Amino acid sequence: MARITAGVATSHVPAIGAALDLGKTKEDYWVPIFKGYEFSQKWIAAEKPDVIFLVYNDHASNFDMKVIPTFAIGCGEQFGIADEGWGPRPVPDIMGHPDLAWHVSQSVIQQDFDLTIINEMKVDHGLSVPMSLMFGQPEAWPVRVIPFAVNVVLYPPPSGRRCYEIGKAIRRAIDSFDEDLNVQIWGTGGMSHQLQGPRAGLINKQFDNDFLDRLVTDPNGLADIPHMEYMREAGSEGIELVMWLIMRGALDDNIEELHRFYHVPASNTAIGHLILKNSS
Amino acid sequence: MALEKPYKNIPGTTIFDSTKARQGYHLNQFFHSLMQEANRERFLADESAYLNEWNITDDQKQAVLDRDYNQVLLLGGNVYFFAKLLFTDEISFETGASIMTGVTQKDYRKMMLAGGRSIDGNRYIEEKD
Repeated sequence: MARITAGVATSHVPAIGAALDLGKTKEDYWVPIFKGYEFSQKWIAAEKPDVIFLVYNDHASNFDMKVIPTFAIGCGEQFGIADEGWGPRPVPDIMGHPDLAWHVSQSVIQQDFDLTIINEMKVDHGLSVPMSLMFGQPEAWPVRVIPFAVNVVLYPPPSGRRCYEIGKAIRRAIDSFDEDLNVQIWGTGGMSHQLQGPRAGLINKQFDNDFLDRLVTDPNGLADIPHMEYMREAGSEGIELVMWLIMRGALDDNIEELHRFYHVPASNTAIGHLILKNSS
Repeated sequence: MALEKPYKNIPGTTIFDSTKARQGYHLNQFFHSLMQEANRERFLADESAYLNEWNITDDQKQAVLDRDYNQVLLLGGNVYFFAKLLFTDEISFETGASIMTGVTQKDYRKMMLAGGRSIDGNRYIEEKD
């Protein structure tokens, strides 16, 4: 049987990808950020997951204004890297897991969450930066990935509650897949940040650290935070944090926190990172 | 009944909601076209001519030509879409943000390194007045 063994939360700031790709990781500005992932790279090399169910958002890269799915699951065999305006990042293509992805899509829709199914798309920094942070710079990724794209660009995104509940549906779907697979679920984006307008640069450390604490110990209560609170307290782009609740919903109620990292800033953003081990 | 928009009183912030998406549809599709290198080249070679191919308003065209990103936001542009223009201009998100906040990139980075813009006094427009 497939089983979800762990959850990972991480921000996915594009400048982190650029720092890696341009060889800037030893610069004073970036050293503390990559240090926060040293444990994580060792941990995941030992864990050797077969599949990452990777919750992220597209940043107007693959999805323009023509089609805006709220929840979209990547069921294809392979996903290329998007050119976001400066050429595609020099990282390997993402290999999918179509059998598990199609299984999850059917199961989750039958649990009343209407997914959009995507067979061909390119993925942007929202997905590739977390991969680089966790796996470094390999010639090929050592894992298959099911991209799960959430709209957080056009207001309103799905609510935190909806995200938490769809995480539970994804858990049930993965648990019911017959093949023996070690699956991790990742939630990406956040933490507090605002990229636009005169309030750009907003950071709220208190909000972020409360969020990290409650994601571990009180996810059900955390799921009740309304959109307004994210936007006002964590910045207009801080609303990406709802995606972390999908990851958390797919884990056990009681989990073990293996690693936590928080740092300000990376470009405009507060970096948050958690590794959570499922107890079962 | 109008939709409730409680986010209108967040200072210095334009939420990209259904009204903005309607207003900015063609503008954002223009920005998105800059994902392709051939289009970036054509745009940079003659910005006005390229913009004239799109069904956008004169105000929107002018805001693009002026690189007035706060105006772009008010006219329905979305930050992730106009990021393609920042990157076409070889400008980072960080520099783009500094432009929108009216400070130099150096001062903006200094603010971020000191912990970012404080939430205190930045929750409600009324607090700013």
